[in-house]
Amino acid sequence: MSGRRIFARPARLGAIAPYLWMLLFFLVPFGFVLKISLSQTAIAQPPYLPVFDLTQGAAAFKTALTALSLDNFRLLVSDNLYVFSYLRSLVVAVVATAILLVIGYPIAYGIARLPPRWQPIAMMLVIVPFWTSFLIRIYAWINILQHDGLLNQMLLSLHLVSVPVVWLSSDSAMYLGIVYSYLPFMILPLFATLAKMEPALEEAASDLGAPPLKVFWLITFPLSLPGVAAGVLLCFIPIVGEFVIPDLLAGSNSLMIGQTLWLEFFTNKDWPVASAAAIVLLLLLVAPLVVYDRLQRAQLEGAR
Amino acid sequence: MNGPRGLSPFNVASLALGLAFLYLPIVILMIYSFNASRLVTVWGGWSLRWYQEFFQDRAMIEAGWMSLRVGATSATIATLLGTLAAVALSRGEGFKGRTLFSGMLYAPLVMPEVITGLSLLLLFVAVNAERGFWTVTIAHTTLTMCFVAVVVQSRLTSLDRSLEEAAMDLGCSPARAFLAVTLPLIAPAIAAGWMLAFTLSLDDLVIASFTTGPGSATLPIRIYSEVRLGVKPEINAICTLVIALISMVIVVASLATKLSGAQRETAAPL
Amino acid sequence: MPLLRIERVVKRFGTFRAVDGVSLDIHAGEFFALLGPSGCGKTTLLRMLAGFEGPDEGRILLNGKDIANVLPHERPVNMMFQNYALFPHLSVRDNIAFGLKRAGMARSEIDARVAEMVALVKLEGLEKRKPDNLSGGQKQRVALARSLARRPQMLLLDEPLAALDKKLRESTQFELMELQRRLGLTFVIVTHDQEEAMTVAGRIGVMDSGRLDQVASPRELYEAPHSRWIAEFVGDVNLFDGEIEAREHHRLTIATRDAGMLVVAEPRQGVRKTTVSVAIRPEKVKLSRLGPAPDAIASQPINRLEGIITDVSYLGALTTYKVRLDSGAILRSSMANTARIDIDAYNLSQRVVAWFTPDDCLVLEQ
Repeated sequence: MSGRRIFARPARLGAIAPYLWMLLFFLVPFGFVLKISLSQTAIAQPPYLPVFDLTQGAAAFKTALTALSLDNFRLLVSDNLYVFSYLRSLVVAVVATAILLVIGYPIAYGIARLPPRWQPIAMMLVIVPFWTSFLIRIYAWINILQHDGLLNQMLLSLHLVSVPVVWLSSDSAMYLGIVYSYLPFMILPLFATLAKMEPALEEAASDLGAPPLKVFWLITFPLSLPGVAAGVLLCFIPIVGEFVIPDLLAGSNSLMIGQTLWLEFFTNKDWPVASAAAIVLLLLLVAPLVVYDRLQRAQLEGAR
Repeated sequence: MNGPRGLSPFNVASLALGLAFLYLPIVILMIYSFNASRLVTVWGGWSLRWYQEFFQDRAMIEAGWMSLRVGATSATIATLLGTLAAVALSRGEGFKGRTLFSGMLYAPLVMPEVITGLSLLLLFVAVNAERGFWTVTIAHTTLTMCFVAVVVQSRLTSLDRSLEEAAMDLGCSPARAFLAVTLPLIAPAIAAGWMLAFTLSLDDLVIASFTTGPGSATLPIRIYSEVRLGVKPEINAICTLVIALISMVIVVASLATKLSGAQRETAAPL
Repeated sequence: MPLLRIERVVKRFGTFRAVDGVSLDIHAGEFFALLGPSGCGKTTLLRMLAGFEGPDEGRILLNGKDIANVLPHERPVNMMFQNYALFPHLSVRDNIAFGLKRAGMARSEIDARVAEMVALVKLEGLEKRKPDNLSGGQKQRVALARSLARRPQMLLLDEPLAALDKKLRESTQFELMELQRRLGLTFVIVTHDQEEAMTVAGRIGVMDSGRLDQVASPRELYEAPHSRWIAEFVGDVNLFDGEIEAREHHRLTIATRDAGMLVVAEPRQGVRKTTVSVAIRPEKVKLSRLGPAPDAIASQPINRLEGIITDVSYLGALTTYKVRLDSGAILRSSMANTARIDIDAYNLSQRVVAWFTPDDCLVLEQ
């Protein structure tokens, strides 16, 4: 409403400081990523050829333009290592998100059906592990999954296996780690939509003769789709770029793009290729990011 | 399923299994931090041995201290800037560059950490900044500001705007109305935002790895390099300490919000 | 000079004209109600008086001075908000003292004024409570005390009673009137409840689609509404469309489609069109088994319709009937239940005569 204008003018001034901060430390750095992704690798410190040197004026700008190269991007497309790690990232993210949805939905649904008094407490219980360190939670699983860890001991003593199973450095360990780490991100938006749902809707459906499973499929699930979409995107996007979990839990024979980028940057010191990889990763995420932004905005409008 | 609002056995089972899944690994880790034996296979009785070892590990202690300093500093700056941003976005109506602003502000929320870390490092290298405490602090502020903004903005959105109008009607200038009415009511959200920023900073490995310099590793960086070499009982002890610290912050904060007034939530539907 | 003069005020939100050329004078000491359905622009108009919205066109003069550019906190006008907008972090006392502190009053003076306000709205003993620990009625009183504390020249009330239950609402209406008379203040209330407006206000302005349709006393509004829309919005009404056939001795004969020939009194300002609506309030329609009493017929022509009772609603003080006329149209009648045991009550399917005099009818141009 326009009457809120009186309050809006001073409120807008609040934007100045964070605006400048984000311009300087978010947007400008992207310029650097873009610039370096287009320059040549060099064995130097920093390890890339400067794209242009401001001290030489316009002439430098011209030589710089001719020196710009798409070599790094060409390399990304032609080398199977990169193509595979992009593909692997997408596959891992899709599979993990699907598992998260299947596990997270019943939990969110269970919490939404608790008496209102208990709901915040249950949500707190879901969120608290998220507050404890991400790395610690992965490490906790290494403890359990290692060769002489608790899981193997338990399986051995139950005589389910005769020799210890190799859990670590496998895809199953990685999926376990991802699901474990991202579960709260899936549950949170799901719970938010399920809890907001009018209980009378489900009551009306069963009053009109729908059995419980039908009620769920015809009423509850369709109405919770905004939450499903938010949860899926909230998990999918960061999983694509995930580094720590695959690095610690998965085997080293196939890498996700986050790991490849890390490797190029820290081990191979190939900054231009790492920058190009970052740009491609970002492009991969543009579509889901735009969808996510739309959803967020719709939810903010709805809250008003 | 009994009545649509009741809990079915399926609901109970999924809740119990879900919570067990979330908590069991952490509980096991905490228990093993008190194991006297070096081997996980053997329970050697209760002992504080690994805690002693940690307190003698200078590098680890220094990394922990670095993390606490970075966490507190970046959380404070992020809370300040994030709150300002939330106020501008929820009360500023339309203004020039609003879309770019909210886009930039919220992008780190979903941006892969490797990209944020890489881009900031390239900036720091380009301007020849000495990498260490301040570069990590700046990076973490950039990362956590959006989380603060989200928490504070959602509180501001649920706040009845006629409260601010009532304050103005009763003689407050807009700035006074904000200080006298809005700020006290969003204070719990600001505190929650700070805590979130602090724990996120304490938690971050990737961005810190990119932006820190030699000799100023944060705790996650140290833990990570140890974990890569295999399980070490000392790490269990450190993790338990970090969990204890964070739980304490959460308990203190929730007590503080309880004491500061139960009106916080009920103010919304007014 | 009126206390408040609104001159051809227009307020647009985008292309939507929320307030569309409203002019109105409100005098000092008046209890004025803005009445209309939700979305009619009444709240926007009130918010312009408080300073939360600025007019796009026209002027608002308070004591002869244009206040369009005066910010809310600089206006000698206070508002009581629809949901009270009590500050949840402040006690009752601090809520009431809030505006006084901004005015830079001395502490002792503030204490005295708060005590006076607390006594005025009968909130003694609750000064230290937080708003969340108050009942709906108590909150309403705090909001009232808070907005009155600064002794505004004009108090604006935005649906002040909407959140209260019916019984409490009625008693509070009388308290508001009493308070307004005692303090001699100017009250402007916004409401969508016509009964509330008629109870409390001396004058009512009816708004529809951003326009002020009629400003009148409650009685005038009910008995002589300017338009069909107002007649239907304020109270119940039977409406019959028809053409004027003849006019003589200040009487019009109107041929209606559903009720045959009706004889009605000609309005003082005359009728310009020939296509009109005849409006009769249900309580003016009398029912009988045999027809009007002979002495009623002697003094004037009587409109007489016959039909069958199709619905009887007993409401306590009143009973309302629906009569299906021979044309098929429905005529509503309501009768006061003056006797405890009414042997004259009508039953369903009973054939009755409905009658009313020409003065009971109102002619409305369409």
